[in-house]
Amino acid sequence: MITRRTVTICLAATAGATVLPRRNAVSQSGPIRIGFLTVASGALAAGGRQLDEGIKLFLKERNNTIAGRPVEIIFADTAGQPANTRTKTQELVERNKVHVILGPLAAFEALAINDYIQQNETPIVSDSAAAEDLTQRKLNPWFIRVVPTSAQTTHPTAHYAATVLKHRRIATIADDFAFGHEHTAGFQRVFEDNGGKIVQKLWPPLNVADYGSYIAQIKRDVDAIYAGFAGANGLRFLKQYGEYGLAGRLPVYGQMTTVDEGILKNMDNYALGVISGGWYSAAIDTPTNKKFVESVRRDYNADPGYYTTGAYLGGMAVEAAAKAVNGNVEDKKAFMAALRKTNIADTPAGPLKIDEYGNPIFNVYIRKVERKDGRLVNSVIHTYPNVSQFWSYDPKAFLANPVYSRDFPPAKNLE
Amino acid sequence: MNQGGPLLVLALCLLAPLAAGEIFYINVASQILIAAVFAASLNILVGYGGLVSLGHASFFGLAAYAIALLTTRWGYGHFAAILIALLFATLVACVFGAVSLRATGIPFLMITLALGQTLWGVAYRWADLTGGDNGITDVRRPVVLGIDLIEPTAFYLAMVGVLLATMAFLNVFVNSGLGMSLEGARDQPRRMRMLGHGVRMVQWLAFVISGFLAAVSGICFVYYHSYIHPHSLGLATSAEALLMVIAGGVATLAGPLVGAAIVVVFKMVVSAYVTRWVMLLGIVFVLIVIFIPEGVVPGLLRVARRFRVGAK
Amino acid sequence: MSLAFWLVQTLNALALGGLLFLLSAGFSLIFGLMRIANLTHGAYFMLGAYVGLSVLDASWGFFAAVLLGSLAIAVFGAAVQRFILARLGDRVLAQVLVTLGLSFIIADLCLMLWTGDPMQLAAPAVLSRPIEFYGYVFPGYRVFVVAVSLLVAVLLWFLIERTRLGAMVRAAVDDMEMARGMGIRAPRLFTIVFCLGCALAGMGGVLGGPILSVYPGLDAEMLPLALVVVILGGIGSLLGAFIGSFVTGFIYTFGQALLPDFAYVILFLPMIIILMFRPEGLFGEKSG
Repeated sequence: MITRRTVTICLAATAGATVLPRRNAVSQSGPIRIGFLTVASGALAAGGRQLDEGIKLFLKERNNTIAGRPVEIIFADTAGQPANTRTKTQELVERNKVHVILGPLAAFEALAINDYIQQNETPIVSDSAAAEDLTQRKLNPWFIRVVPTSAQTTHPTAHYAATVLKHRRIATIADDFAFGHEHTAGFQRVFEDNGGKIVQKLWPPLNVADYGSYIAQIKRDVDAIYAGFAGANGLRFLKQYGEYGLAGRLPVYGQMTTVDEGILKNMDNYALGVISGGWYSAAIDTPTNKKFVESVRRDYNADPGYYTTGAYLGGMAVEAAAKAVNGNVEDKKAFMAALRKTNIADTPAGPLKIDEYGNPIFNVYIRKVERKDGRLVNSVIHTYPNVSQFWSYDPKAFLANPVYSRDFPPAKNLE
Repeated sequence: MNQGGPLLVLALCLLAPLAAGEIFYINVASQILIAAVFAASLNILVGYGGLVSLGHASFFGLAAYAIALLTTRWGYGHFAAILIALLFATLVACVFGAVSLRATGIPFLMITLALGQTLWGVAYRWADLTGGDNGITDVRRPVVLGIDLIEPTAFYLAMVGVLLATMAFLNVFVNSGLGMSLEGARDQPRRMRMLGHGVRMVQWLAFVISGFLAAVSGICFVYYHSYIHPHSLGLATSAEALLMVIAGGVATLAGPLVGAAIVVVFKMVVSAYVTRWVMLLGIVFVLIVIFIPEGVVPGLLRVARRFRVGAK
Repeated sequence: MSLAFWLVQTLNALALGGLLFLLSAGFSLIFGLMRIANLTHGAYFMLGAYVGLSVLDASWGFFAAVLLGSLAIAVFGAAVQRFILARLGDRVLAQVLVTLGLSFIIADLCLMLWTGDPMQLAAPAVLSRPIEFYGYVFPGYRVFVVAVSLLVAVLLWFLIERTRLGAMVRAAVDDMEMARGMGIRAPRLFTIVFCLGCALAGMGGVLGGPILSVYPGLDAEMLPLALVVVILGGIGSLLGAFIGSFVTGFIYTFGQALLPDFAYVILFLPMIIILMFRPEGLFGEKSG
């Protein structure tokens, strides 16, 4: 029996639904709306926080104005779960009607929203996700990124190892997930193309409790190891590497994230001497970067690393493109075309130029961990200028190969 | 039994997102319904069967991966892919059920957890097949009766259909001989055995049915997101479903729906307004346990009854 | 693979076993004696580590860090047990919901208070002296962890089997009515046991910190390991938890070295097989 109370409740609920907040269409003289995909909860939260800091600093320096228009930035916490990322992206596009999206943090998040972005034709500037195929075999005309592919920095690192330090036998140990596979593959390819041999490849799971049993497996007769870790794992691995007596005895090449400024500050002497190739270092000696580092230190009491700088560069790219269309970001096609032609001569990371695939061409800085003024820094010891995602390989041939993975390029020299 | 009132409430809840008119809310509602079907499937095991499983995402994720692979890589049409995915996930449920039900209680929980984590590990590691951490992208939604489900309202209505079918099925199941035997096996296993009922067989059948429904939900999930990642096979997904079932109220038909709504709304909507939404969700769970430990739906009914008694 | 390699891996396995025991002893105690699956356990472990970290930052020393880490979690656990869990009786599902809800709260709280940056917990130099043999180096701290785990195991055994408190707890668990009739104050007893279990979790976090480091997500990674150890070893058996820890340590260490492709599943496959044939675990008692 349907009681009167039931009907009243139901009508109230329906009425309530209709007064749920809505967004109206906004006119062109309003603010530029940026949707910022970040992570505020869970294991990736530290990176998300640094992304937030980077963009906040950027906007603060510009008095929250880009190309003459005020900026409205909407932060969206995806918790690092791909299902959330898609929903948040939809919210930013459909409810908040953003003109451009910055982010997301993780590679799989970017893959999860790739087709939606294409369907909805929303410009997206990735300030963190490094998955190779996003600018290689799974091209999206609405996508650019201001951080490189996974292997873009490890190609030159391998070149440096083989030709400058003349190491011949290297064992690799890296996180067993896509990013780890890709950057290690890049290192292996260039190292072996320059006369070196990768004699061992170890793949500890991403969430392994302890690296002790892996460290014990590292061959002792290699010239060096390549350690590719992200997030907390760089700190955990290097610390244990030191405890097992190998720090200082067996040189370490790292991925940029293994010794990123964000975690380097919490490390100790076991990290000294680690050589990594990065598209950025807080120690880059240009006036622009010095100013940038000072601002980050002043506001956040830390050195900028991968994430902080990535978000900052994302802001710079958006600003440059907005200026190029005279602030008319509503013209999506023109705005996107401007984004794809981004060519900024002077950023904290050096020159930033987007190639025809939507990927940046950068300098890659070979860095070495040293102690200066009591803190650990990534000192720049060598610079490879204008490195693209294809290194010295022909792009067509590169793309004809399968994407870098655990098994490609095949490891022919394992012992 | 008085069905009219609750059915009307349900109907209006389902129509509400359409009345709100905004695509965003329709999409959130779709996700609630997908999660509700998943939670409802787990409810068969946890609520009616008294078997707490922490590996239910196995069937959810397996069906999702099957659809992704069949449609994007192996060239199957949607109809065939759905059939194969359901069959495959159900077969796996048969096997997992047989393995897990060798134990009850906490050992059962651990075996389901271990099986789930094993599948997750395989999905992560076997990157050639599953894409590993990159997942599988570009899953297209089917076109049903000429309507492309890429359109949010159309997809939502399809989800409404799936949910109503699930609810109708569960209603029949719970009141059937099998459903009653299952509850009997939960409450009085020894007596059931003495009366000649095969307790393990009943539980196994329930496990398989529950796996089948989880697969249905997984298929809807991958169509909604167009993407699948090992996370959907993982412990967090299984635990989330368990939380939805318990919070909403076990062994009730509406409980999973309410539980799903709470969790999804927190993840998708509350997170836009409250930075520490994870903590808030935890607090909500704790409060539920303190004030309405039997779950939201039974708890609210209890409060409503007291009102009615008081009003007399 | 040389003899030294096998030796190091054996030591690694033992160290991991010791660490796992420190992680799971508290869980085993609460689960075994009170039949509560305290799913907040991973979060308590992590919170203890963070508290220890702050104590070390204040330069109060490692021993103080262990003490205060244990104490903080014990106090927190006492409040949880007294005001929330005690009212639930043996409603398993409500326990699952509330303990998981609490773990959400604690995880987010840690993120709020300590930011999400991964941090290292420094063990005192005197305990961290490297041990060198055959050209290999083994961290001294891991040997310390094995020693501590043995000590804790012995102390717990003594407490449960040889003290009046232990006898009372065992009596209350076996037969609550009878125990009450004999004047045993069961509610207070349970709070004490829960406190002790939580203290062990916190202590485990601080002691494990120098090996695992402290970072968000530690709780979610440690909880399944604790579950594996306790269920494998056998519910209600502290000896089982002890043996289970080392069995797990060995399976994991040698398994991933010999079968790297199975690294993700090496822990769970043996457990599935054992549970299929012996659901009560290696040392557990068959429940009727």
